[in-house]
Order: sequence, then C-alpha cells, then structure tokens
Amino acid sequence: MTSPSSLRAFSKALAPRGASRRLLRAASSSIPALSPAHRRSYSTHPPNAKLNLPTDYSTTPLLAHSPHAALGNPELPPEVRNGTTKRMNLFQAVNDALSIALAEDESVLVFGEDVAFGGVFRCTGKLAETYGGDRVFNTPLTEQGILGFAIGAAAQGMRPVAEIQFADYVYPAFDQLVNEAAKFRYRDGACGRSAGGLTVRMPCGGVGHGALYHSQSPEALFTHIPGLRVIMPRSPLQAKGLLLAAIRSNDPCVILEPKILYRAAVEQVPTGAYALPLSKAEVLKEGSDVTVVSYGQPLYKCEAALRQAEKDLGVSVELIDLRTIYPWDRETVFRSVRKTGRCLVVHEAMVNAGVGAEVAAAIQEDPETFLRLEAPVARVAGFSIHTPLMYEAFNLPDVARIYDNIKKVLEY
Amino acid sequence: MKSLRLSRPPPAALFRRGALRPASTLSASTSTARPPPPHQRPRPALQQRRHASSLSQRPDAKYLMFPGAVKSQFSHELRFVQPSAHEALPTYRAVDQHGVVVDPSFAPDLSDEEVVKLYRDMLTVSIMDVVMFDAQRQGRVSFYMVSAGEEAVSVATASALAPEDVIFCQYREQGVFKQRGFELSDFMNQLFANHKDPGKGRNMPVHYGSRELNIHTISSPLATQLPQAAGAAYALKVQRMQDPSVPPRVVATYFGEGAASEGDFHAALNMAATRSCPVIFICRNNGYAISTPTLEQYRGDGIASRGVGYGIDTIRVDGNDFWAVREVTRRAREMALQDGGKPVLIEAMTYRVSHHSTSDDSFAYRARVEVEDWKRRDNPIARLRKWMEAKGIWDENQEREARESIRRDVLKAFSEAEREKKPPIRAMFEDVYEELTPELQEQMKQLRRHLEKYPEEYDVSPFEGGKESLDK
Repeated sequence: MTSPSSLRAFSKALAPRGASRRLLRAASSSIPALSPAHRRSYSTHPPNAKLNLPTDYSTTPLLAHSPHAALGNPELPPEVRNGTTKRMNLFQAVNDALSIALAEDESVLVFGEDVAFGGVFRCTGKLAETYGGDRVFNTPLTEQGILGFAIGAAAQGMRPVAEIQFADYVYPAFDQLVNEAAKFRYRDGACGRSAGGLTVRMPCGGVGHGALYHSQSPEALFTHIPGLRVIMPRSPLQAKGLLLAAIRSNDPCVILEPKILYRAAVEQVPTGAYALPLSKAEVLKEGSDVTVVSYGQPLYKCEAALRQAEKDLGVSVELIDLRTIYPWDRETVFRSVRKTGRCLVVHEAMVNAGVGAEVAAAIQEDPETFLRLEAPVARVAGFSIHTPLMYEAFNLPDVARIYDNIKKVLEY
Repeated sequence: MKSLRLSRPPPAALFRRGALRPASTLSASTSTARPPPPHQRPRPALQQRRHASSLSQRPDAKYLMFPGAVKSQFSHELRFVQPSAHEALPTYRAVDQHGVVVDPSFAPDLSDEEVVKLYRDMLTVSIMDVVMFDAQRQGRVSFYMVSAGEEAVSVATASALAPEDVIFCQYREQGVFKQRGFELSDFMNQLFANHKDPGKGRNMPVHYGSRELNIHTISSPLATQLPQAAGAAYALKVQRMQDPSVPPRVVATYFGEGAASEGDFHAALNMAATRSCPVIFICRNNGYAISTPTLEQYRGDGIASRGVGYGIDTIRVDGNDFWAVREVTRRAREMALQDGGKPVLIEAMTYRVSHHSTSDDSFAYRARVEVEDWKRRDNPIARLRKWMEAKGIWDENQEREARESIRRDVLKAFSEAEREKKPPIRAMFEDVYEELTPELQEQMKQLRRHLEKYPEEYDVSPFEGGKESLDK
C-alpha cells in the first residue's frame, strides 16, 4: 500500500513536539514492550508481498522529481515553463496556490475551521499573517454555515475558498451545495448572478487508520449534482494548478484533496502562477492493450500494477487521470478505449453508484467505443460498505486487486 | 443551590394537544377503518388554542397576544436590547478550588465509600489518558483523546443519573463510561479494536459504546448526537405514557462549546423544547475547539444563554467542582421528569488542559504558560482530593496506593487487549444492512477468492478465523 511514513501523515500533520516528547520520557518505560510477533501496525505490508508494496513516492514516475520534468509539462504557460521550481509536498503546493490567489486577486477570501493557525493539515499556514485576518480567518464550527456564508460572499462578487476540515464532515453543508451553489445561476436566469466564485476544499480518502469518519471519498455524491465542478488532484504540481483554475473559474468548484498525499507526495512545483485545465483528463502513460482510468491517490497503485502487468504479461497499458471528475473529459477516455478495447476504472470510494459506474456506462453508451470493446468495463473500488478501521487494507483498491483486474480484462 | 430558572416553558400538554393518546385509545384507533379525509378531521387542540388566544385580545390590554410572543408588553421607548447590558449568567459552585465548601446549603449526598469510588473513577481516566497518549506516540494505537481537566464533568454528571437513563456522548467522556461500569478491559478492547470490541474493529479508538450500560456508540461528527438525544428522550416519554410500569427515564447528552455552533445543536434544543423531551444537554465548555478559542466560536454569553432563548431551563456550573456538577445534574434530572418531561441545559465551564487529540499540538496556537497556569490554578481531581482530605477520608498514602494500583491495572488490561486477535475479516461486510445483501455476499466471495489467489500480498493472521471467516 503506502509507505509507513505516509501512513502516518494524518497523525504527523499535527505531531506534537516538545510536550509529547516529555510525556514520552515520563511514561514510556512503564508500558510493557510487546514481542515482535504481537506487534502490528494498522496497515502492514506482508513480508513476501510482490505487489502490495509501499508506494515509493521518491521514484514514482507520476511525480516530477526534477525541475526539468516539472517545467516540461506542456499545459504550463510559457512564462512559467521558463521560470523556476521548488520542491513541495501537496499541502505546501495548496498553500502556494492560496497565497498566489490571495496576492493576485483582492476578492479572494480563505476561511474554515482552524484555518487561521494553518489548518489541521497545514494548508493555510502563514496566510492569515501575510494577508490579514479580514481575508483569512477561522469560522465557528458549522459546515452549513461555512458554505452558506461562502455562497453569499460569492454571489456578491467575492472569490471565497472555503475549507471543510474533513470531507467526512461536509454533509451538513449538502443543502447549501446541492440546492444553492449548484442551482444559483440556473434559477437567477437572465439576472445573471451565480455562486461561481466559490471554491470548496476538503481532505479526503484513506490514511490507514481513519475509520468511518476520517477516510471517506464522497466525490460521487457531488458528481451527481449538475452545476458543481468536482476535482481531485494527484500531486503537488497538479494541486496547485487545479486549485488556481478552480479559484479563477466562474463555476462553483469542489476540490477533494487526498490527505495521504499532503506530506507523502513531494515533487518539483513551478513557482509561478499557473492554472491547469478543468474538465480535462490527462494521459499519464500511453498504452495499446488496456486503459486504466482513475484519479487521486489510487493512480500510484495503478502505476505500480500496470508496470508489473506489462512486465509479466508483455502488454502495454494506458493510464488516464480524470483530474476533474465531473463534468469529466469523456472524449479522452473514449479515444483511449477505442484504441485499447479494454477498460478498468479505479477509485477508493464505494463501487455502488460510483464514478466507475458513470464512466463504464458512458463507454458502453457511446456507439463507436462500444463496438471496440473486447471485454466488459471493470471496476476496482471500495466495497459497498463503510470505511472500517481494521479492514482498510482489504477494502481500498490495492496493487494486487488492480493487477488482477488488468489480467482479467485481458483474459476475457 | 440557587437554580437558575430564567425561563420556564409551559408545562407539556401532550395529551391536550392531541398528539398522543393513551395506549388504549391508540390501539383502538389503529384497529378502526381509514381516518376521515383531512377536512373532516378534528382540528388539533393547539391550533384551536392559538386562534382563541388571538381573538380574546381585550381593547385596553397592555400586552398584545401575538401568537409568537404572548406576553410582550407595549413600550413607547425605542430601545434595542444589548447583550452587554445583561450580566453574564453566574457559575454555580459548591466547593472552591481549595476544597472548601462555599454553598452553605450544600450537603454531600454520598457515603464516603461512594465518594472514594467516584474519585477513583476520575483518577482512572486520568491515568489511562497518560498511558494511552504515550501508547499512541509509540505507535501501539493509532489515535487517542484525553480528558485532562474535564474528568469531573463526565464522572460527576454520570453519577447523578440512573443506570437506565440513556446517554449520547460526544467523544471526551471516558468518565461517563467508567462511572457506569465500563471495565478497563472494555476500554482497551475498543482501543485495540480486537475481537472483544463490540464495535467489531470498525471504529477509531475512543469510539466506545455499550448497550448494557445504555450508552450509544460514539460517532465522530460533532453535534449529530444532540437531536438524536431529543428524539430518544421523546421515545422514553412516549414509552412511559404507553406503559406506566416503565420507570421514568431521561436522556443525557454531551457536547463541546464548539459543537454548539453546528446547526444540529440549535435543531436539538428547539425540538426538545417544543416536544417537551426529558433530555439533559450537558455542554463541556473547555475554551477550545481544536485551535479555535471561544472568542472566535461565539460572541454571546457562553452556551447557557442560548438555552434561555429556546425556552429551556438552564444553569452554568463550575466544571472543576465535582460536587457542584453532581448536584446540578441531580436537580436537572428531577426537573427533566417534571410536568411530563422537559429539556434542561447545563453548561459546565472547564479548561481543555490537554491537546485536542493525539493528532494535535496545541502549543502551535496557545501559550504553554496559559496551560501551566490553568493546571496550577485548578484541577477537578485535586479539588475533590482536597475536599476528601479535609473531611479525613483520604490521605497521601491512599493517594499513592490508588495511583499505583490503578496504573498496574491499566497496564495489565493494556497488555491483554493488545495481544488479542482482531475481529474476523467478515465483520467488514456485516451490519451494513440487517442481512447481507446479495451484492455484499458476492463481494465477500470476491475478496475470499482474491485472498486465496494472492496469499503473499495480505496478512490475514491477526484476524480471527483468517480468510476462512469469509466462507461462512
């Protein structure tokens, strides 16, 4: 699955310094040590695993490990490609994007629970000090309040970037998102007002020990709502560009940030201001025999699985990052599947009525793509259950399950 | 104790409102044919009263019987009400920080042994907190939340309830569980998510629950428990109306001042008031919602002032004063059962001495000296200890002995629970629905086949029954 250090990203995000060390010294000797046989952490990697190994973020081809790799991205504007880069993890890239947005546009506001001191994942660090407490501030603990407030501010011409502390806690704000943000422009008609300035950010996904209420990926609940743009970045470089695009966009945008990547994913990120295209998928690796469609953290597992499949089976696999999950880039996916004839959709969220269902249905509905299909479209996703603490390793898509399904669609 | 009866909602007129009838008529009506069409149905009593009251206005009345404010006097003075013009609601105290009784009417209602038992409950929570905080730092558990500074609020309130009263906690109420009889092994089995954990290894640590102890399982989202508590209280009330042999029961529910910003808090108080539910809302106002201080959480007079606004009997109490918290809760329970039932709000003022959780470093947003000051100034455990020592029922030796034996017991339970197997993998699919759906059965088989096919890729050994548990 993931490296031990990334598994602890969630708790490390706020890992105490002095105080805890003192406590540790005071009490550690009193807790009986456990024999190695009994020692187990929450998500372990079995000793003989060949597929379910920790993701090595320092070598994965999905991250730009050199300035050259980062600046070679053809989606970047020329002045940025001629500029410099800086090594950042994902929370630093989000912070960089927010800082640029606050500097370049006075109408940008950043707020949410615990945002003023930097947020529980440090995405908003130093922003209140730099841009002032009128534009970067803490809110009371009320998600419906935060998003209603943000929609109102957007309707009056501001560009609020509201943070929901965990995606698992967005539900009290559902009314505001579904009935208000999404429908604002539609009901205002020729009056022409909208909540398009709104951007909502929320950490999502499994970290190994988040259990029911710190692991959810609720993107499919939002992709069902026309009017919202739903985005999930895979890396720091992508997070910065997609967040700036969302803030500048005149449609309300919901960005789900895989929280396991906040610290684990580190890459060279262009220092300049740049936006990456919304509703545009990216082909991360070209291939001719199978198309793997995913987004967010599972892309790293897909990459590992397809590398092994290519090695073992002598095939060539194409990997696509949807990036914007709705409205999604159907053409890029159709074009790929018409070429490969086989497709696998991978996401963490529950398989039932998920993004995989939408992608698979659209593929078989498109006459030209349907005729090219050599196998049913497969889905590798969370089971139709909640996100239980001890069973995350069995529930979320892993390299072995993706690998197995690549094989299955090939052998169909 | 002078109770703060600032506003008193009218007694519950449940029967008169026609909302409910005694069980006999209920069953009679369900056995008859269809109800008459809406226009032929008798108008609810409440609506009739409202119409009558607005019609009965006398020409020279000083009050206009507005349906929404029935006793508002006319005034020729144009004046906005300023919150600052009102004094802050007082904080009730029975015993001060030196352990000295300050309420002359206060008399302890517990035997010495009972006090010592509750004191040991508070100590247990405190000692378990230190051990588990450290255990999290060692990677032995993934997460933990300590109660430091708030032990009296949970233990003392729980001690004033009846065992059959139903409780909905937030997540910082280990003391409630301890007082009710949760064993150290129960805590540890949950914390280690082993096969003895009734939560079947699904929940994060500290999400305890116990059907036997009438405490619902903890849910991480804030304030969701509050309207549920109102509904549960209504259920208890209706059940007692339908069967008077059931003993009178209340619901108690806990939350922080941060959670009181959620819409659910407001919905809960309003619904509990309008349906006259026997529920005690217990707010732990500890000054911080993770990093957010109360000044950025609300601008009114704490949480107590809101109870008054909803027409709920309310009191603010010193949360570090075990005796005051117990006494207030005892009275609140009596009041909640009066007049057919009604809600009561208690705001217990405390200080969150600890970090929010093991995922938090509170020195990033508050001064270390502030915490040290608080620790020095006041502590609920130290305060009760001083009172006990002054009474001659506790001394240094007993304190040392208690701490040592509790620590030993905690570590023993810790070691035992840590070595237990995890629940069967099958548990991940169960309880989504009452019965496994065909889809879930298929997914279970799918996982079973996958584990069989890739045995090297998964460690199923910690789980009871290994992969075979998926066969059943």
